[in-house]
Amino acid sequence: MTQHAHRPARSHRVAGYGIYLLPGLALCVLVLVVPLAMTVGYSFTRWQGIGPAEFIGLDNYLRLLQDDAFWASFRNIGFIIIGMAVVPTLLGLVVATLLFDHVARIRRGLVSGLRGGLYLPQVIPVAVTGLMWGWILAPDGALNRMLAAVGLGGLARNWLGDPDLALWSVLAVLVWIQLGYPLVLFLAGLQRIDPQLYEAADIDGASWFQRFTAITVPLLRPELYVVLVTTTIAALKVFSQIYVLTGGGPGTATLVPSYFAYQNFFERAQVGYASAISTLMTVMVLVIAAVFLFRQNSADREV
Amino acid sequence: MAPVVAEPASPPPQAPRRRRLRRGLAGLASYGVAAVLTVAVVVFLAPFAVILLNSFKTSADFRTNGPLSWPAEWDWAVLAEVWERVDFTQKLVNSVQTSLGVVAIAVVLALFNAYAIGIGRSRFRVSLLIFFLAANVLPQEGMIYPVYYLFREIGLYDTKIGYTILIGVVYSAFGTYLLSSVFASFPRELLEAAELDGAGRWTVLWRVVLPLSWPTLSVMCVFFFVWSWNEFLVPLVLLISNDNHTVPIGLAVMESQYTSDPTGLSAAALLGVIPMLVFFFIFQRTLTRGVTAGAVK
Repeated sequence: MTQHAHRPARSHRVAGYGIYLLPGLALCVLVLVVPLAMTVGYSFTRWQGIGPAEFIGLDNYLRLLQDDAFWASFRNIGFIIIGMAVVPTLLGLVVATLLFDHVARIRRGLVSGLRGGLYLPQVIPVAVTGLMWGWILAPDGALNRMLAAVGLGGLARNWLGDPDLALWSVLAVLVWIQLGYPLVLFLAGLQRIDPQLYEAADIDGASWFQRFTAITVPLLRPELYVVLVTTTIAALKVFSQIYVLTGGGPGTATLVPSYFAYQNFFERAQVGYASAISTLMTVMVLVIAAVFLFRQNSADREV
Repeated sequence: MAPVVAEPASPPPQAPRRRRLRRGLAGLASYGVAAVLTVAVVVFLAPFAVILLNSFKTSADFRTNGPLSWPAEWDWAVLAEVWERVDFTQKLVNSVQTSLGVVAIAVVLALFNAYAIGIGRSRFRVSLLIFFLAANVLPQEGMIYPVYYLFREIGLYDTKIGYTILIGVVYSAFGTYLLSSVFASFPRELLEAAELDGAGRWTVLWRVVLPLSWPTLSVMCVFFFVWSWNEFLVPLVLLISNDNHTVPIGLAVMESQYTSDPTGLSAAALLGVIPMLVFFFIFQRTLTRGVTAGAVK
């Protein structure tokens, strides 16, 4: 031990901790930074994964701009954000307040039971819930047979195989998977709100909707923020759901960028082109994360 | 009838009748909302019930009676056949091995990193946190191909150990971010007291910091286990041989080949649901607590 009793404790402590950071940082660089840099490098080449790579500058990116499949995947990701971020957040907010305002008055146990039920799909592997929904939504699957059994056979559809319907079916499944996450967060956030605010609102004769917009939503802002950031980023990365449910089809009806990149990497051996897609998506995710982080930081400072 | 309003403060006797009436109506409305929500959650969970029912039907039973009927007899044949076909025992072993390994690697690395950043108050604290946060949001497709290529070069491709290290390191980025913020408010007096007693950094980490951060660490363990169990893209690319497949990969691969039995896929889905369902019931509290802990910081 050193005898620097008179030095400020801080500088005393700083030295010597680096050794603890070394393995974790080195591995992160090795496993994440180096491969990411390689992907960016590949994106300027034409390469099949074997043999020499040919430098072609920005050609891959120019090709992307003219690729209908890429634009379709980009358009779809907009819908996926609605299905994974926007709808579950709104629905989760409403369900959370209903549980908090009404069900909690009757029985707390019922609240945690219902919350648990709605959170369950978050824990099951997406590949498995996808398998389950794929089986239910198949042309002669459980849903169509159920419709037929109750005399609504005319409503039966090829839910995942019809180009006009597939994306909507996928979105419905995504909402089903995602709902539990915002719900759990919002329910926890509601505990924090001072009950006197609600009592005051009651005495003033505020309606449920007025309370909702004037008290609940503003006070849940931190949670809303976190949910929207994390689920939007998750939507940009969506892969397994599509892989299991539709494989991006029919045609490009449910194609998403990560699946498009996967196809080009591993099925078509167009590594350079796939790298360009991946690079673009990585930049988008980082930019969104940075913007949110920056805004949250400045919002924190205001308070 | 049970008291309609659960609050201890019942309206004082002189309260206007109208308000009491309003409260009574509100209580009734609460029962209505509770009933509607309960029904909605039952419908929400119905898909699980559907696959449960149909995994136990014979093909003939399913063809004649459809997916809604109760099984004529509870037949384990399809489930057993799927189990055998995907070698589910092996998939379970693979998933447990890799997930436990991931948890161990991620938690230890995150603990070391956060010790240096949060307790050691590294000069580069902010930049390091931004780095780990960025590492945490990176899309996996941005690094998967080079990893696949490099792993082939060094013989880690299609090995559980290579895959486990990779995912462990990825999760350690999140763990570092979370733990650093927890450690930043670690009671300084405790650290100083330990130092005065002559404890070195290594001892302080294991004897003082670790025991006190156990609540956060246990939440991290549970979450890393679930995430790792549910990983898809990376194991799909890196663990290609049948003997190395994890549960989700094994079932997804089976899906693309299976046609023989109308209820086979239902049985496969049921097999995939069960392990995490059990896990969920055991760790439900930790899970719901953890979602909140991870988000607030």
